[in-house]
Amino acid sequence: MTENGRFGLYGGRYVPETLMHALLELEEAYTAASTDEIFRNELDFYLKEYAGRKTPLTYCRNLSAELGCRVYLKREDLLHGGAHKLNNTLAQGLLAKYMGKKKLIAETGAGQHGVATAMAGAVLGLPVEVYMGETDCRRQRLNVFRMEMMGATVHPVTTGTRTLKDAVNEAMRAWVATVEDTAYVLGSVVGPHPYPLMVRDFQSVIGRETREQILTKEGRLPDAVIACVGGGSNAIGIFHAFLADDVRLIGVEAGGTGTGRGEHGATLCAGTPGVLHGALSYLLQDEDGQIEGTHSVSAGLDYPGVGPEHSMLKDTGRVEYHSAGDAEVLNAFFHLSKSEGIVPALESSHAVSYAMDIAGEFGKDDILVICLSGRGDKDVAAVAEMTGGCR
Amino acid sequence: MTRIAEACAGPAFIAFTVAGDPDPGMSVRIARTLIDAGADILELGVPFSDPPGDGPTIQKADERALNAGTTTDTVFSIVREIRAFSDIPIVLLTYFNPVYRRGPDRFYREAHEAGVDGILIADLPVEEADEVVDLSRRYGIDQIFLVSRDTSPKRLKVIARHAGGFLYLVSVHGVTGARPEIPEELPAFIHRVREQTALPLAVGFGISTPDHVSAVCRAGANGAIVGSAIVEIIERNLSREPEMMAGLHAYTSSLTAMKEERSGSSP
Ligand SMILES: Cc1ncc(COP(=O)(O)O)c(C=O)c1O
Repeated sequence: MTENGRFGLYGGRYVPETLMHALLELEEAYTAASTDEIFRNELDFYLKEYAGRKTPLTYCRNLSAELGCRVYLKREDLLHGGAHKLNNTLAQGLLAKYMGKKKLIAETGAGQHGVATAMAGAVLGLPVEVYMGETDCRRQRLNVFRMEMMGATVHPVTTGTRTLKDAVNEAMRAWVATVEDTAYVLGSVVGPHPYPLMVRDFQSVIGRETREQILTKEGRLPDAVIACVGGGSNAIGIFHAFLADDVRLIGVEAGGTGTGRGEHGATLCAGTPGVLHGALSYLLQDEDGQIEGTHSVSAGLDYPGVGPEHSMLKDTGRVEYHSAGDAEVLNAFFHLSKSEGIVPALESSHAVSYAMDIAGEFGKDDILVICLSGRGDKDVAAVAEMTGGCR
Repeated sequence: MTRIAEACAGPAFIAFTVAGDPDPGMSVRIARTLIDAGADILELGVPFSDPPGDGPTIQKADERALNAGTTTDTVFSIVREIRAFSDIPIVLLTYFNPVYRRGPDRFYREAHEAGVDGILIADLPVEEADEVVDLSRRYGIDQIFLVSRDTSPKRLKVIARHAGGFLYLVSVHGVTGARPEIPEELPAFIHRVREQTALPLAVGFGISTPDHVSAVCRAGANGAIVGSAIVEIIERNLSREPEMMAGLHAYTSSLTAMKEERSGSSP
């Protein structure tokens, strides 16, 4: 990491001058807060008493027997709100309060980050405005209601592809116009410095707990850790504690319906480096640098960019990145529901699907940890519509 | 002094359109109309799929241009076509990704060969700009930078040291788009920057009426940049080219007339 927030080649701060002041101010406030005991204690209080940390690391008896290795799930689905997103929004919301900001804005794809921001806003007493692509508002309608119930205003975004990338564009536009009194709560390890660093720090609690829990339960580290990658916050959150260890780390991207243009969201698997939303990272783009459309059954992975730290970890080879397609993902969604009584988010189902795919590579004593980044209640209606009910 | 800086002695009326909007051919004819009506500098936007610094008007123009098949090659050929009939200073306004993707060296070389005088990269703050500043000097292109009301004196100094042509003062907190009023703080902002640099100062974002232009010039700016208001005329007349050109001509003439009313001295 250098001064301008680089992860190797990647990262940086590619924003209009109109946002520079706000980003420098945020960086300063974040740096101060990260060593401020009062801030840390208050955040710990919220994470524990409000969000319900620590989350369990569940040994899955049925799935383990079936797959022939020891499978654990890190249960971020049990965090308040139903996904890992609240780790980040409570921290950013609290930081905004310390900075004297009066309002929070956020983008959201699956709606989980919007919901988590709405929660943080409600509990911390800050009004919230959420930008959400119109397509996503439709496929994650339940989350729109949830946000509104908690007092947030949801702005459907009708520009571009009407999904997560356009929601980020619109949130950035709204932020430029209100920088003086408003904090932009970005939902993943993307965007200009300091977001990729800050969000990673706030999500690293997932991996710290996992490491401690597996050492307690098994007396050793896992053989592999698997997580889905949209922007990459749950993945970097769980990977970070294991980067220096001899543990296989696997990120799973959205394979969508195929490998053609606009058919998937597998940025690290199929993309090239470029600049979008304030950072240099892998992107899905054409030869002129225009951003390509994406597709995924899960709104949270339907994004043509990815975090700069993941871009670096791909190049160094420390983390492997693969993809899981829509059909396999739906299969995993039903499979985990039936075998363990746990309905995973479609995003998290990508990690489950890939784990099921490669389980054959592991022996019966090998330990596989899957980051279950969220629960699937939000997806039930859309999945029922897609599949015509249960199978 | 570069051609851009010379044009700012006027003061300059700087007209913006998106290259390739609504299609590449018409975009050249639009440029001709703006030049005929008295524009001093032409600013051409390189259309981008994801322009977070732009309001709805310019977003839609980008979309029209891209849908009409505009590529980076097309943008340079539009510049060459304009060069065939005019030697007006031309500034490209782009986001960084099209530059990065082409390779900055190739982008600057091709821009220079096509006849571009200046380049502004909207999402490239001075901290990230070392490479393009070097390239701009190598190819004789003015690297233009944005300055906002929040830019600290310390950063302004760094920006002024790297900048060529003029400084682009962003008048508002917000994205591009025509607005009814220019902000009250604008004269103070212009004075504050003026005290720190000898570069010409051009003001943009939200400028749309003859009164705005004369107010900006009276406050001591050397140029006024109008974009969304021009693009709105294009948008309103998409299928009526004669009306579009007449509208652009009348509107641009009304603005270029007002800048003459500037009081005070030239830079
Ligand atoms: C449950 C869940 N997992 C994962 C993601 C993807 O985000 P990230 O890659 O930042 O973890 C989302 C995003 O909406 C989500 O809701």
